Amino acid sequence: MLMENKIMGIGLRIAQIMIDELKLEDVTAETFNPDIDLVDEVGIDSMDLATVALVIRDEYGIRIDEDDYPKLITIRLIAEYIGGKLDEKSELIDD
Amino acid sequence: MKTVSSLLDDEWYKRYKKISKLNIRSSIYDVTNRCNLRCKGCFFFSSNEHKAANEEVDIKKWESFVEKEKERGVNLAILIGGEPTLCLDRVEVFDKQLSTFCATNGLIKIPRDRFPKMGIGISLWGSGEDEKVLRGKNTFPISSKNYEGDPYTYYLYTITPRQIGKTEHVIRKIEAAGLKVHMQLLSNDEGVDGFFWTIEELKDIREEMDDMLDRYPGTVISSKYYHEVITTGKMLGRPFGWGECPSVTAPLDKREPRPKHLTNFVRWASDLQTMHRCCTSETRNCSTCKDGAAHMSWIMVNKRAHMQSTGDLQNWIEVYEMFAKLYQFIPW
Ligand code: SF4
Ligand code: SF4
Repeated sequence: MLMENKIMGIGLRIAQIMIDELKLEDVTAETFNPDIDLVDEVGIDSMDLATVALVIRDEYGIRIDEDDYPKLITIRLIAEYIGGKLDEKSELIDD
Repeated sequence: MKTVSSLLDDEWYKRYKKISKLNIRSSIYDVTNRCNLRCKGCFFFSSNEHKAANEEVDIKKWESFVEKEKERGVNLAILIGGEPTLCLDRVEVFDKQLSTFCATNGLIKIPRDRFPKMGIGISLWGSGEDEKVLRGKNTFPISSKNYEGDPYTYYLYTITPRQIGKTEHVIRKIEAAGLKVHMQLLSNDEGVDGFFWTIEELKDIREEMDDMLDRYPGTVISSKYYHEVITTGKMLGRPFGWGECPSVTAPLDKREPRPKHLTNFVRWASDLQTMHRCCTSETRNCSTCKDGAAHMSWIMVNKRAHMQSTGDLQNWIEVYEMFAKLYQFIPW
């Protein structure tokens, strides 16, 4: 449950970054369907994703590998990806 | 938020789904610096690109080069030149490993037993008269005989201002040869007299191209939106040019901000090391560039910009379908 909340929080923030950076209209972070196909349905391309990835890097200190772009096709998948990387990072610090 | 499915009805959505995951990653290759013609207005020779690099002659190097291109994510090799048919062994290296399209003047027949399904585009510069002026020879009788009825070949018909009112004649001849045709406009890099476009002429040719598409839908591979963009030089109110061009070789692209562009696109010279600036001549004036592939790609890389209305998105789909047909990702 805690985990799910964490991913949801990241998801909301990513939705907001996308709305701001890509100037998406008529949608809020709360109404942004986390499972909508960003590429097929919203028309987001790898350049858009690179723009979002830059903000994510600045905010979370996480670099999204370009080779991973093709699998990051929903907000949820991106949030899980970032959540996973954050966990890896904190494990490293704990060690 | 506007989404694809909220903008399209079932029929258009099905069409969209057929192309939405194609993920075409093209690059362009000069197969050779030589040609068996010397057309006026050929950007390759007029801008001295044939002297930019020495041809790689070791076929093993071509093989390892193509392997590396595949690793780089290229899934469509567009072969130009010079005249690629002068070096069929190099063409074969591409065709064996990648989805390949070969541009040719059609004077040498590419043997179908060796290249069973390779896409072929034959360059044509108008009627016999124009061909003689611009290329020193009317190539159509030879090329149409070589490729008559070939299911994977089309004519890449470069329309000049002198062709206004005459395109139907050319298209009918192509239809009679059992081939398809795609139209593009001459950029007139060499400034051949009488071949510059005026705004009025561009309006006229747009109407004519639309008319040809309506009347010969089984032969002409095109879209009215492409005609609009290539004749006006504008897409959604934005002017085409250096700041917008998607077909700039990626490692050489230092534009800031970088516009939407083809992923990892490179145009390679025939030494397999030198890169050319873009899909056409470096000396060409971008503000008057009429390169058909660059205009098509410009539309294709700007999908989200075409999601403001149903009509815009349908236009985008038609152009994408046209490109996918021309390069054999979907049937004609
Ligand atoms: S046939 Fe093609 S490569 Fe050869 S001179 Fe003409 S335009 Fe140039
Ligand atoms: S000449 Fe044409 S294709 Fe080349 S960079 Fe300029 S606009 Fe693009």
